[in-house]
Amino acid sequence: MLNSKVPLGPIKDKWTQYKAQAKLINPSNRRKYKVIVVGTGLAGSSVAASLSELGFQVDAFTFHESPRRAHSVAAQGGINAAKDYKNDGDSVWRMFYDTVKGGDFRSREANVYRMAECSLALIDQAVAQGVPFAREYSGYLSNRSFGGVQVSRTFYARGQTGQQLLQGAYQALIRQSEVGQLKLHTRHEMLDLVMDKGKAKGIISRNLDTGEMKIHMADAVILATGGYGKIYYLSTLAMNCNATAIWRAHLRGAYFAAPSWTQFHPTSLPQLGEYQSKLTLMSESLRNDGRIWVPLKAGDSREPNSIPETERDYYLERKYPSFGNLAPRDISSRAAKEQIDNGHGVGPLKNGVYLDFKDAIQREGKGVIQKRYGNLFDMYKKITGMDAYETPMMISPSAHFSMGGLWVDYELMSNIEGLFVLGEANFADHGANRLGANSLLQACVDGYFIAPHTIMNYLAGINPNSSESSQAGEKSLHESKDKIQRLLKIKGHKTAEEFHKALGKILYQKCGLLREKKKLLEAKEALKVLQEEFYQNLLVPGDAEAINFELEKAGRVEDYLGLAQLIVEDALQREESCGAHFRVEHQTAEGEAQRNDEAFKYVSVWESLPEGKFYLHKEELEFEAIPLTERSYK
Amino acid sequence: MNLTLNIWRQESASAKGKFEKYYLDDLDSHMSVPEMLDHLNEKLIKEGKDPIAFDSDCREGICGQCGFVINGHIHSPEKHATTCQTHLRSFIDGEELYLEPFRAKAFPIKKDLCIDRKAFDRIIAKGGYISVNTGQAPEANSILLSHETAESAFDAAACIGCGACVASCKNASAALFTGAKIAHLAMLPQGKMEAEKRVKNMVAQMDAEGFGSCTFTKACEAVCPQHISIAHIVTMNREYWKA
Ligand SMILES: Cc1cc2nc3c(=O)[nH]c(=O)nc-3n(C[C@H](O)[C@H](O)[C@H](O)COP(=O)(O)OP(=O)(O)OC[C@H]3O[C@@H](n4cnc5c(N)ncnc54)[C@H](O)[C@@H]3O)c2cc1C
Ligand code: SF4
Ligand code: FES
Repeated sequence: MLNSKVPLGPIKDKWTQYKAQAKLINPSNRRKYKVIVVGTGLAGSSVAASLSELGFQVDAFTFHESPRRAHSVAAQGGINAAKDYKNDGDSVWRMFYDTVKGGDFRSREANVYRMAECSLALIDQAVAQGVPFAREYSGYLSNRSFGGVQVSRTFYARGQTGQQLLQGAYQALIRQSEVGQLKLHTRHEMLDLVMDKGKAKGIISRNLDTGEMKIHMADAVILATGGYGKIYYLSTLAMNCNATAIWRAHLRGAYFAAPSWTQFHPTSLPQLGEYQSKLTLMSESLRNDGRIWVPLKAGDSREPNSIPETERDYYLERKYPSFGNLAPRDISSRAAKEQIDNGHGVGPLKNGVYLDFKDAIQREGKGVIQKRYGNLFDMYKKITGMDAYETPMMISPSAHFSMGGLWVDYELMSNIEGLFVLGEANFADHGANRLGANSLLQACVDGYFIAPHTIMNYLAGINPNSSESSQAGEKSLHESKDKIQRLLKIKGHKTAEEFHKALGKILYQKCGLLREKKKLLEAKEALKVLQEEFYQNLLVPGDAEAINFELEKAGRVEDYLGLAQLIVEDALQREESCGAHFRVEHQTAEGEAQRNDEAFKYVSVWESLPEGKFYLHKEELEFEAIPLTERSYK
Repeated sequence: MNLTLNIWRQESASAKGKFEKYYLDDLDSHMSVPEMLDHLNEKLIKEGKDPIAFDSDCREGICGQCGFVINGHIHSPEKHATTCQTHLRSFIDGEELYLEPFRAKAFPIKKDLCIDRKAFDRIIAKGGYISVNTGQAPEANSILLSHETAESAFDAAACIGCGACVASCKNASAALFTGAKIAHLAMLPQGKMEAEKRVKNMVAQMDAEGFGSCTFTKACEAVCPQHISIAHIVTMNREYWKA
């Protein structure tokens, strides 16, 4: 059984108590300690800046050209905080409750409470940095509601909330690179974790412009490398999002929690052809005003506007009258897939459903809708060539967010001492399903408010020593170099892209929105075969001494092929349905997810053993503050 | 559909570059430009040739990582669109295209269509921020901001750092990029404190990087995917003279 190190005491006091008792380091001693931060998205930039402000030495790494390009930039909808500016009954407690329930009782209560608690200060911090959140005419901050909750607690900056928050964090980071002890290494990819005497002590990096590989040592290592939904190939993530950092840390001993819990976003644009490289997300906020429907008659291929009201099925409103179009993501996505599988899908490949603004435009006028969602409608037009003011949008579910990630305790430290994991890369606050607008928050809160305290607490217990070059580092460096040479030498016939596409297909078909033992077993076989073929038939052009995008891709796909097998193992092992994990064998008579608290009230936490075997550890979950209930949105 | 592509090939920063011709006859009009290059690269790799190096990441117009010149159009023949948001339906079947990198002294070419835009980060580093440490912030609603100001600040802050403004400018000026950040922060009460120092240092860095000066041709505004207005350059100049 894993120890999550949750402090004792009432849930409301845990974090305050923790901070009061955490060990500190004298300001003049802090500069002797060095921390490596891998990833400069919201989580990485915010923690790197905050640690540098405290006086620590920080080495920050990103494979991107600039921290401003991290995929946090793409978040559109908003960020949650329990400010209760609307006087609509919101509170830290309610946000905590919504998140635990939304996560289908598979997250750690203490972490979730802390995230809700820290949400208040985060909005203050962002505003102080200059993030231009939407304002009322009175000059006060504005809010809207987001999927899965009944209060308006979402702060937003038009449809570019992630970009604006990232600008704030990036600017804080870049300021520290100028005034603090922070060194920024852009276009550097982490290829391995360096361990020394059981502790995380550094990383191996590759300079993607020159190919140079190096050892970097530190007193602690933070991974804030984002999500791995791109493993499905078609996803809402950026082309270069990957699992390399966390997977290679996993292979060095860091446990991986709930790898198969991937959120499929209900409102992305459907795939239009084989050549397609990604699925673009349309912000979920659209569901506040858009109504989702499909033709009542299967196979109906009439123009949407010529299908009369009586022949439309507003299936979310029908099935979930109290939440309607705002039902949580897992439920909405599954409901859409059900309609599509039953022949009600729309669009050229019959793989979408409609999101219709006709009623909203009639009710509020086109101007108001344009003001709210103008940039999203423009984006829709740019991508599809269609005008959503005139004809309903087409949307479909797409792989989106990784609830799973490296296991961390209350201090955000993995089972490896000195290795901290932040943001989407960890498994922490979202349980089996993430609520909209909670993950920008989690990434920020982890980085600005939590990790600086817990890392100082850790560092205070060790002597600073990052200058010593270690044998372990040399060994990791050699291994990383060998790994690259091995890929280059295969010289087969299939590109990394082709392997990635094949991998994505297997996962979508056999371990996607619906999971079933028979198909999962098929996936397991198929993935083994694909991995074997990868090592025999991969074709990577060029060499390792210069820019080589194909080599970068190949390394990432190699890691994805390993992770995919763990994903399937995890999905197989969990004989229940919870949140985004829907096992066909475990559903209620009405087709809803059937959780099994007696047998599965724990997080599955995996260790990789040699020969591709996995060993299961468990973190038992206690629900003391919120009694376990069935998660219903009817 | 089919297209003839002339693509700028340049081995490295120091190598000499030239256009090379490729012919593709199995394209789909819904493909985006990067997807077309993915497709071409798959072919090149299988023929044992060096694939084309080009940058892209989000492929939805927000990360600022993509961008090259297509038939003389910065980013795209479409108005205010990034390269990744450009689809082949913007071209005529059988058309011949020329793809080349953004050209500016301050954006050295790394390989083929890839350029180095780190100069932008160095400009931001000279003051493109509000100096607030984690933990110092007052209650968010204690800083009131009119709806209009918030919207204008957003308009300026929406810049994605793609560099199209520089590439479109005959002087390779970074005034739109720099002006947008200065204007964004100068509009906010919390950003006013450092306004003077900010504008002086950022403008000095812009010059040091080798960007040219702005002669108000408005070419930048016309290509900017985020519709950043040249009014921000005016703000920057005003702030500069104030300082
Ligand atoms: C399209 C989209 C829309 C979204 N909308 C919302 C929303 O409205 N609200 C919300 O709350 N959440 C939203 N999310 C989720 C949210 O944006 C992410 O969960 C969050 O931004 C993740 O932040 P991060 O800092 O953990 O990771 P990222 O921002 O992805 O940053 C990862 C960083 O790690 C670096 N990196 C990765 N691997 C390596 C390596 N091996 N070596 C070096 N560097 C590495 C990258 O360069 C990057 O800097 C959305 C997500 C997507 C995809
Ligand atoms: S001002 Fe416009 S064109 Fe220039 S970098 Fe910003 S977004 Fe790109
Ligand atoms: S790839 Fe992100 S803006 Fe084009």
